[in-house]
Amino acid sequence: MPALPRILDAGDSAIVVEYGRGIDAAANARVRRLDAALREAPRGGILETVPAYCSLLVHYDPLAITREALERSVREADGAAGEGAAESARTITIPVAYGGAFGPDLADVAAFAGLTEDAVAAMHAAGRYRVFMLGFMPGFPYLGGLPPRLAAPRLATPRTLVPGGSVGIAGEQTGVYPADGPGGWRIVGRTPIPLFDARQTPAALIDAGDRVRFVAIASGEFDAIARRVRAGAWRRAEAVGNGAA
Amino acid sequence: MSGVSVLAGGMLTTVQDLGRTGARRWGVPLSGALDRWSLRAANRLAGNADAAAALEMTFVGPVLRFEQPSVAALSGADLGAMLDGHPVAPWRSFSVAAGAVLTFTGARDGLRGYLAVAGGFDVPAVLGSRSTFLRAGLGGLDGRPLRAGDCLPLCSAAQPDGLVRRLPRRAIPTYGHAPAIRVVLGPQDDAFTDEGIGAFLGGTYTLALQSDRTGCRFLGPPIAHRGPADIVSDGTVFGSVQVAGDGLPIVLMADGGTTGGYPKIATVATADLPRLAQTAPGDRVRFSRVGVEEAHALLRAAFEALDAIGPAAPGGAADEEVYEEDSAGSLVADAYVGLADAVDGAHSIPECARRNAVCAAMPGLVVSVAVRSGECVAPGQTLLVLDAMKMENPVRAPRAGRVGRIHVAPGVMVEGGAPLVDVDEA
Repeated sequence: MPALPRILDAGDSAIVVEYGRGIDAAANARVRRLDAALREAPRGGILETVPAYCSLLVHYDPLAITREALERSVREADGAAGEGAAESARTITIPVAYGGAFGPDLADVAAFAGLTEDAVAAMHAAGRYRVFMLGFMPGFPYLGGLPPRLAAPRLATPRTLVPGGSVGIAGEQTGVYPADGPGGWRIVGRTPIPLFDARQTPAALIDAGDRVRFVAIASGEFDAIARRVRAGAWRRAEAVGNGAA
Repeated sequence: MSGVSVLAGGMLTTVQDLGRTGARRWGVPLSGALDRWSLRAANRLAGNADAAAALEMTFVGPVLRFEQPSVAALSGADLGAMLDGHPVAPWRSFSVAAGAVLTFTGARDGLRGYLAVAGGFDVPAVLGSRSTFLRAGLGGLDGRPLRAGDCLPLCSAAQPDGLVRRLPRRAIPTYGHAPAIRVVLGPQDDAFTDEGIGAFLGGTYTLALQSDRTGCRFLGPPIAHRGPADIVSDGTVFGSVQVAGDGLPIVLMADGGTTGGYPKIATVATADLPRLAQTAPGDRVRFSRVGVEEAHALLRAAFEALDAIGPAAPGGAADEEVYEEDSAGSLVADAYVGLADAVDGAHSIPECARRNAVCAAMPGLVVSVAVRSGECVAPGQTLLVLDAMKMENPVRAPRAGRVGRIHVAPGVMVEGGAPLVDVDEA
């Protein structure tokens, strides 16, 4: 029997269902199973759920459900969610132009890893990643599975502007900035495809639990895809595949 | 023409409703009104559903012209509303004629006022909400604050019933400058020492200048962590009190990130979020602890208070309030110098009662001084620029005159009410 999750109050309108306090694939799988169970069979009074690395945040309406009934409902869902891997069938493929103006920190990561820039790009693109959570800004995925050799620390001083599409590394995490914004991750490349579009359902290209792979592209191909995105000719289906990567 | 035209945007005016739920899993925050109770109240007074889109107006209100006859209501902070030059009371509905102009003379109590108009503002819903999320430029009117030249369409409203709706006087909140805010400890209170929790619950914290719709930052006694000041990122809520490495608390507000990597010592009780939303930089806050059950009881009571909104009794009930024409001034109103985008000096800008000094309406950092001593200035001319709440706010001359003493220089921090520049009669 897996250990029961801890349930903590995040104020009077949310609880945290906690399966651990570290970055741990098994704990994250349990988060995703409970998340899926609560989404597939909605319970009255639960407003929305937000999966994170090792906990699920459950927003509730205290005028519609008591704290006690909520906890009972969540523990039942956790018990029924089983131990099987509730793995997403989706693999999202993200084309990335590594280095140069697209990846201003690739050289630093190469120095950190004791590898050439090309070797870092190849190693990053060969990785098999799992989306642990989204957060920070709309559509920003936190990916686990970075080869440990590439786990360069964050910049000492964050940049005030990281261009949208930038692919970054922060310790053992890698992720993609969906839009321009400040950021301290080390930027190794950039993708031309949009990760967030509020006009689409779902708004985010990537969801928690998805698998992600990166494919290295040349700058010419980056420009070609970027042109199709601008012209509205790019489709999400081009990035979304089913089955294991 | 129909709807509402914007003649001046004010300090920060945005379209807000009750926010978007269901998108936090993708990193999209709740957004919506920071003072949700007041938004609901304004909507009910105007005859709308609670979740209709209204305006959130920050400290210095906009200048608006109604292009169609309508019914409207004001709530939240009292920003000194004037309809065609006559004071208009908040917390009760009022009728407006086509062409009527709504102005604001300056904040008397609180920071954020709300204006609901019958039908609600008709901007496109994005992810199920009309609220503005400024950081991502999403929702509201093109994802940005209102500015002069904008026109806000209205959804069609039910035929007005001619009744004046009001909130009974006993239910009208006052805000002041030293609110007590109740919190539920956790979810990571175990990340702090007993002394740290004692400092948080025993200290007085001053709202810092850098506060905005994303978060309320506080200065005060530092809160000691037991161990490292970071955790594996987890979900956050509107009201999470996170404490970073410097030991100072930040309360995440409606536009705050959906996840965060700092431990959260406590969470503000939902019933007290409106009062936190009404604190201005420089205000002093004390946090006290309540249990979850008590917080739920407070929230139920807050909703029951809203249910007291109804038609005003004909002939005037015992607690029928008379709105004072003469605002025998709070400090804030006195000190108001027009951070607003006044249109050709169209609305009056009070000045410090003492001397001829133009004073700071709230604490701020002087970014630049645009005039020199001895120089003649025209009404509405920019005297200097103050940085407050992450915005650069021009401070303008209230009337024609000659610049006398300049009390400040670029880089200087000023308190609310501090004299900035003397403008003597020419």
